[in-house]
Amino acid sequence: MKSLEELRKLRAELEKELAARNSEGKPKIIIGMGTCGIAAGAREILQAVLQELEKRNLDVITTQTGCIGMCEQEPLLDVELPGKERITYGKVTPKDVERIIVEHVVNGNVVEDLAIARLEEGGI
Amino acid sequence: MNPKFYRSHVLICTGTGCVSSGSNNIKSRLTAKLEESGLQDEVKVVETGCHGFCEKGPIVIVYPEGVFYCQVEADDINEIVEEHLLKGRVVERLLYTELGTEKKIPAYSEIDFYKKQHRIVLANCGRINPESIKEYIAVGGYEACGKALTEMTPEEVIAEVKKSGLRGRGGAGFPTGLKWEFTRQTPGDKKYVICNADEGDPGAFMDRSLLEGDPHRIIEGMIIAAYAIGADEGYIYVRAEYPLAIRRLEIALEQAREYGFLGENIFGSGFNFDLKIKKGAGAFVCGEETALMASIEGKRGMPRPKPPFPSVSGLWGKPTNINNVETFGNVPDIIRNGADAYRAIGTEKSTGTKVFALTGKINNTGLVEVPMGMTLREIIYDIGGGVSNGGKLKAVQIGGPSGGCIPADLLDLPIDYESLQEAGAMMGSGGMVVMDETTCMVDVARFFLQFTQSESCGKCTPCREGTKRMLEILDRICSGEGREGDLELLEELGDHIVSTSLCQLGGSAPNPVLSTLKYFREEYEAHIKDKRCPANVCAGMSAAYVIDPETCIGCTACTRVCPTGAISGERKQPHVINSQLCISCGACAEKCPVGAIAQG
Ligand SMILES: Cc1cc2nc3c(=O)[nH]c(=O)nc-3n(C[C@H](O)[C@H](O)[C@H](O)COP(=O)(O)O)c2cc1C
Ligand code: SF4
Ligand code: SF4
Ligand code: FES
Repeated sequence: MKSLEELRKLRAELEKELAARNSEGKPKIIIGMGTCGIAAGAREILQAVLQELEKRNLDVITTQTGCIGMCEQEPLLDVELPGKERITYGKVTPKDVERIIVEHVVNGNVVEDLAIARLEEGGI
Repeated sequence: MNPKFYRSHVLICTGTGCVSSGSNNIKSRLTAKLEESGLQDEVKVVETGCHGFCEKGPIVIVYPEGVFYCQVEADDINEIVEEHLLKGRVVERLLYTELGTEKKIPAYSEIDFYKKQHRIVLANCGRINPESIKEYIAVGGYEACGKALTEMTPEEVIAEVKKSGLRGRGGAGFPTGLKWEFTRQTPGDKKYVICNADEGDPGAFMDRSLLEGDPHRIIEGMIIAAYAIGADEGYIYVRAEYPLAIRRLEIALEQAREYGFLGENIFGSGFNFDLKIKKGAGAFVCGEETALMASIEGKRGMPRPKPPFPSVSGLWGKPTNINNVETFGNVPDIIRNGADAYRAIGTEKSTGTKVFALTGKINNTGLVEVPMGMTLREIIYDIGGGVSNGGKLKAVQIGGPSGGCIPADLLDLPIDYESLQEAGAMMGSGGMVVMDETTCMVDVARFFLQFTQSESCGKCTPCREGTKRMLEILDRICSGEGREGDLELLEELGDHIVSTSLCQLGGSAPNPVLSTLKYFREEYEAHIKDKRCPANVCAGMSAAYVIDPETCIGCTACTRVCPTGAISGERKQPHVINSQLCISCGACAEKCPVGAIAQG
C-alpha cells in the first residue's frame, strides 16, 4: 500500500462485493417466487436479472417474494427505486429484463407497456 | 473485471460460541445444499465473528433482507434454502421471539437486544468475514491508518486521541492519549507497543470476541499507536486458551503484511512497523502490565513496583505503551471520524462506548456495547430483557474479581468510570453478573475472593496472606461458624490489603467483599448472629423452616409464636413461612400440634 489514494480506490472496488449486505437507499428488484412463479419461469428471470446487473456493474438489491395472488400474470418482477412507487411488471420474459433494467432502473422511466400495477412506497 | 455479483449473502457465525453449538456443520450443509439447488453462483456463504448473542446461536443472517435466524440446526438448512433463498419466504419459526410480546422479529436491527446498543468497536463483528482483509477494507478499514500516517504528524494523532477522551478499557481507565504522549516524550530510539489480550477475568470474553470477529481493527489501532509514539515493533499478548483468536490474528497479520500495512515504508510514509503474537500461559496476574512484560521477556510473570512506568522503562527496559484490546479497537474510529464525533457519545468524563459481558440471572445473556452513561436499568431491562424466570433483581456484580456489587436500588446509576468507582464497584474489564433473590451475597464475595486468592502471585504479604485470612473468615461465616467482630476484621484486613499490595490484583481483591459488606451487611449478620443464610444457599447453615401443606391443619398456633411474623395463612388453611424473614429459631416447630414444621 503506497498511498491513501490507492487504498480508497481499492475500497471502492471491494465495496461492491459487500453490496448485498446493505440495502439502504438502493434500487430494488423483487421477483415473485411462489410455486406458480417458479413454474412460469421466475428462476430464468432471476438469472437474467443477475446477469444483467453483473454485466452493467449495477448496485441493485435483488430479492424475492412469495405468491402475491396474480398467478396468471407470472412471472412477476417489481422495481422499487428509492423514494418512488413500486412498479409491478407481469408476464416478464428474459428478453424484457434488459429493457426494464436499462429504462427503469438506470434511467428512471417506467416501462409502461409491461407495467401492470403500482404500489405506494414501502408496500409489500 | 467486475467483482462477482451475488444476490444474497448468508452469514454464518463462526465465533467460539456458535462453533460449539454446531455452526461448522451448518456451513458444510449449506454449501452442499446450495450446490444441489444450483444456487452456488447466486448466494455467497460468509463466515463471521460473534454477534454477542451466543446464547441464541448458531446464528445465521440472510442478506439482502437482513433476516436474523437463531438456534439454527443443520436440519433447518433445507428449509432456509428452499423457502427463503429460492422462494423468498422467511422461515418464521427460526426468528427471534421478542420477550413479553412473543412476537417474531425478522430484522436484526429490530431485536430488543440490539436496538439500544451502540456498536463502534463491535461494528464489524458478525458483519464481515474476519479472515478477509478485503472485507475489512471494503467497510473502510485501514483508512484511519492511512490518514494518520500520511496526513497527520504523530503529535497530531496524540492530540486527537487526547481530545477524544478515550480511556483505557483494560480496567483502570487511564487516559489513552496521555499515556501515548508519555511514551512518545521518553527519549529512546527503540520503543514498543503491546496489546493486552490476556483477558483473565472469569466470565469476560469481549477481547476474545473482538479478536475473533475483527482482528484487523486491533492491528490498525496498534499501527496508529506505534506511529504516534514512535515504535517499530509490537506484541499482541493473547492467552493460549484462545486458539481461534490466535489463528485469526495470524491470518490477519499475514494479510496485513501482504497488503503493506505492516512492514517497511507503510503508505509510503517512511514509517516501519511489525507485530508478533506472544501466547500467554493464562495466569490471571500476567494480565498486569509489568508481569505481562516480564512474561514476554521469558521471565516469571510477576508484577514489579511502579514507577518506573512502562512508558519510561517497559519491555527490555525500553519505553513501551501497553493498551487493552478494546482500547485499540476504538482508535480507528477516532482518527477516521474525528475526536468530536467520538466525544459526542457517552458522558463528559467517560466518552465513547463500553462492551459488557452480560450474564447471570438475566433473559438475554451476551456481549453488549452501550454508550457510557447508560443506566443499569436500561442495560438489564431494555437490552437484557429483565431478570430470568420472573425473579426479583437483587444486585449486579460489575468488574469481575476486582469489581463490586451494586444493589438493586441503585438501578438508575449511570455506568461510567466515576459513578462505578463511587458506588464501590469498578468498570474492570466489563463483566456484569445479574443476581436475583436466590443469590447469597456472602457466597458471591467468597467466590470472587477464592479466585483472586488462588491467582495471587505471592510476591507480597498483604495479598498472599491477607486474602487467605479473609477467605478463612468468609468460609467460616458461610458454614455457620461466624463470630462477633468478623465483619470489622474483614473490613480492616480489606482496607489494609487495598492500600499495601504491590499490584492491583491485591489492590482490588477485597472489593467484592467490601462492597457487599457496604450494601448487604444484614445478610452477613444473619449468617453470623442467626446462623442462617437468607437466600438458602450456604450449606451447613440453619435453613429456614418450612411447613408441609399436607400435614398442616391451619390451627394458627405457629403464627402467634413466630418472633419475626414470618408465617402467614388463613385459619384452617395450610400456612406458609417466608424464608427471607425466618430466622430459624424453631419456635413454631415446637408449638405445632401435628408436627407439620421442619427445617428445609
Ligand atoms: C491482576 C491484573 C490483571 C489484569 N488483567 C488485564 C487483562 O486481562 N487485560 C487488560 O487489558 N488489562 C489487564 N490489567 C490491567 C493492565 O495492567 C493495564 O492497566 C492495561 O492493560 C492497560 O491498558 P488500558 O490503558 O488500555 O486499559 C490487569 C491488571 C491487574 C492488576
Ligand atoms: S498484590 Fe498480589 S498479585 Fe500483586 S504482586 Fe503482590 S502478591 Fe503478587
Ligand atoms: S402450627 Fe402447625 S398446624 Fe398449626 S398452622 Fe402452624 S404449621 Fe399449621
Ligand atoms: S459466537 Fe455466534 S453469536 Fe457469539
